[in-house]
Amino acid sequence: MRIHRFHGGLKLEGRRKAALAHPIRGCALPPRLTIPLIRRDKIVGPVVALGERVLRGQCIGEVPGFAHVHATTSGIVCAIEPHDVANASVVRAPCVMIDADGDDNWSRLPTIDNWHETTREFLLARIHDAGIAGLGGAAFPAGIKLTVPVGTLIVNGAECEPGISCDHALLIERAYEVVQGAAVLARIVDAERTIIATEDSMTRAFEALQNALSEHPFDGAVLAQVPTRYPQGGERQLIETLTGAEVPAGGLPQEVGVLCHNVGTAAAAWRAAAHGEAQTSRIVSVTGAGVAHPGNYEVRFGTPIAWLIEQAGGYTPQAARLLVGGPLMGLALSHDEVPIDATCNAIQVLDGIETKPPAPEVPCIRCGECARVCPAQLLPQQLFGYLTREDWPRVQEHALDACIECGCCALVCPSQIPLVAWYRWGKSELREQARQHVEADAARERYEARNARLQRERSMRDTRRATNLSAIESAPTSTDEESAAPSISKSEVLAAIARSRAKRKARLRAERDERDDDGAAS
Amino acid sequence: MGDVLIALIPGVIAQVWYFGFGVLVQIALAIVFAIIFEAAMLRARGCPQMPFIADLSAPVTAVLFALCIPAWTLWWIACVAMFAAIVFAKQLYGGLGRNIFNPAMAGYVVVLIAFPLALARWPAPAPLAAHTLDFGDTLHAIFSGHLPMNMSWDTLAQATPLDTVKIEAARGYTLAEIRNNPVFGDFGGKGWEWIANWYALGGLYLLWRRVIHWQVPVALLGATILLTVPAWIVDPDVNPLPLQHVFSGGLMLAAFFIATDPVTGATTPRGRLVFGAGVAALTLAIRRWGAYPDGVAFAVLLMNACVPLLDRITKPRVYGYGRRHHD
Repeated sequence: MRIHRFHGGLKLEGRRKAALAHPIRGCALPPRLTIPLIRRDKIVGPVVALGERVLRGQCIGEVPGFAHVHATTSGIVCAIEPHDVANASVVRAPCVMIDADGDDNWSRLPTIDNWHETTREFLLARIHDAGIAGLGGAAFPAGIKLTVPVGTLIVNGAECEPGISCDHALLIERAYEVVQGAAVLARIVDAERTIIATEDSMTRAFEALQNALSEHPFDGAVLAQVPTRYPQGGERQLIETLTGAEVPAGGLPQEVGVLCHNVGTAAAAWRAAAHGEAQTSRIVSVTGAGVAHPGNYEVRFGTPIAWLIEQAGGYTPQAARLLVGGPLMGLALSHDEVPIDATCNAIQVLDGIETKPPAPEVPCIRCGECARVCPAQLLPQQLFGYLTREDWPRVQEHALDACIECGCCALVCPSQIPLVAWYRWGKSELREQARQHVEADAARERYEARNARLQRERSMRDTRRATNLSAIESAPTSTDEESAAPSISKSEVLAAIARSRAKRKARLRAERDERDDDGAAS
Repeated sequence: MGDVLIALIPGVIAQVWYFGFGVLVQIALAIVFAIIFEAAMLRARGCPQMPFIADLSAPVTAVLFALCIPAWTLWWIACVAMFAAIVFAKQLYGGLGRNIFNPAMAGYVVVLIAFPLALARWPAPAPLAAHTLDFGDTLHAIFSGHLPMNMSWDTLAQATPLDTVKIEAARGYTLAEIRNNPVFGDFGGKGWEWIANWYALGGLYLLWRRVIHWQVPVALLGATILLTVPAWIVDPDVNPLPLQHVFSGGLMLAAFFIATDPVTGATTPRGRLVFGAGVAALTLAIRRWGAYPDGVAFAVLLMNACVPLLDRITKPRVYGYGRRHHD
């Protein structure tokens, strides 16, 4: 297979050795789990009641057509209330809290043993029912991406950022699940070709995949090694590397006949099909100099980060900053009483050296280093200039929306400008403007429609008055019978007025009766 | 910016070798004035002194200006030039990063237009000089404007190679005849061409350190040669050798140190190519048809004015806009 190259990017130090030195470890069951009822930016409605006994894998929240949320251990629902979450769009979200009973009893869906022959609709329904969320970092419901058939399925094993090795660890130990899961996903979307991609530095993962694929080969499956270059794990960059195709601006990979899923998602899909397991846990890399035993841990959703850190030996004295995700795109947390969810690919505890404040920010000198490393081929220096001047038409002309917020530009900037923060602000500002624009348009339309109606009514009134007037004027002067004929006699007018009065009275009475009835009924 | 100063060292040594200690005096004067004006303007604008004075951008402007003027220029000319460069061209536009015009060239052009005679008095380079000034005499000449008793400007100064071409061609001599003049070396002027070589060496250092991008020097030097070769082939009597253009005047300094200024140059890769080629074309046009022997400074300023337009029309295609298909 021809390996293409994406524009820009950076060679970054992997920082994965410490975590990969040990096999994946389990994380003990915490006494209480806090399961966020949020998928992406959608709040999920709870379907359990306070005090209800739940089993692991039991559905506790759902949005029709979106991914379901499941209990991640057996126990009793002790609270449903807002709690701090690790989410990019909200700080607090409603959560279901479960007091664990310690038995960890499962409620499994029926297993699908002959999934090779099962219809794709049935498999897709299983992905939905098992609440499979993408484990690449965004936790997008996997089922939604699987509804359209595509030519090429890419199973993404390229790690996202330095310090994150959850996919690597998964592939080393459970390549079999990933390969089987890839086959399940390929069957659902009817893919002709399935590429399982790893970075060329992930040799152990690649070997494990080779073994697994030779034991369980399926049609169209190939392995690919891509250069280790940040942000290779980015969906658009990986698609470009493997196929040479670019996903159109504002479009989806399906438009170029490609679908991309994370290796962890594939493994979860297979467990859902073969074992009937809902997605209740993920592998989380716990790394950084601020944590005693770095490693990859299998963690139930809802486990507090504080508990996980305790399982990983606790904080070291150097601990200075807590991050969810990587050092470039991650989310800094102010405290550790936040539950793990599907988006948490890593928990990094950085030390004082890594978090030392950068040199003071100085003006942009347009050196263009940022443009050289930008995977979206943007001109970050120009965008920055236009954003500081709030020149929105130019910001849009320079395609701010194509920014993937990978952070390469800010990392190489010699003036230490926090460029990504500017772009995030610019994007939210543009979204807000678009929203206001829509509202203003609607208001203008209403206003114009009202004016048009008033105008119409006025002109109708005017013409009516004009015809009446001309009728009155012409009546006494006209002498011939033809023009006198349409004129109405006074008695006829009085009769008409009396009729309309009677009609109105009848209507008012009927309405009053109706109201009284309603009042009596309530 | 520190790298730029380091890269200038070989060229500065060569220029001192050929034109004497006056070069160093001019550099020192320009740096002192530049820092004074920079500090005063930062204070007036209410900006902190520290990160800005330490960024060395004012000294770089000063050194580049000082290298463009004759070694015995009167002291206050550097003062006027730095006032124009730092106060007007740089700080009044908003300081580092906001200036549209290259400050060093703006300062140079102001004094070039205001004091043409003073800036035309180039000393003869060392191998051709009948007399040279020692350090004391140099200082005396720069600060008082007077030469030692037994000397006059006529004995010390000499027409530059570019002046010679302009004057002699106007008199109707062919280039072959003009080049018999002892001021010419292998390609450009004697001395001048070696200084240009040392600047090119510094430029390669900047490329290696990735302080500058390759597009501007390649486009500038490439366009100079491409534009002059046809004319030279057609009529070598009137049109100088392409390499004579490259090694004359300020072209080499501009190619690596002046037109490569990121703030006032184009910021897109293709824009930088157009910018470099534009500087070359305008320089050649001014040398050929203009009133001034060299035109690099004017060319750089004119192209600076085109930068916003260049950046917009050479915007690279953004990922996902205008698609590339499967192969």
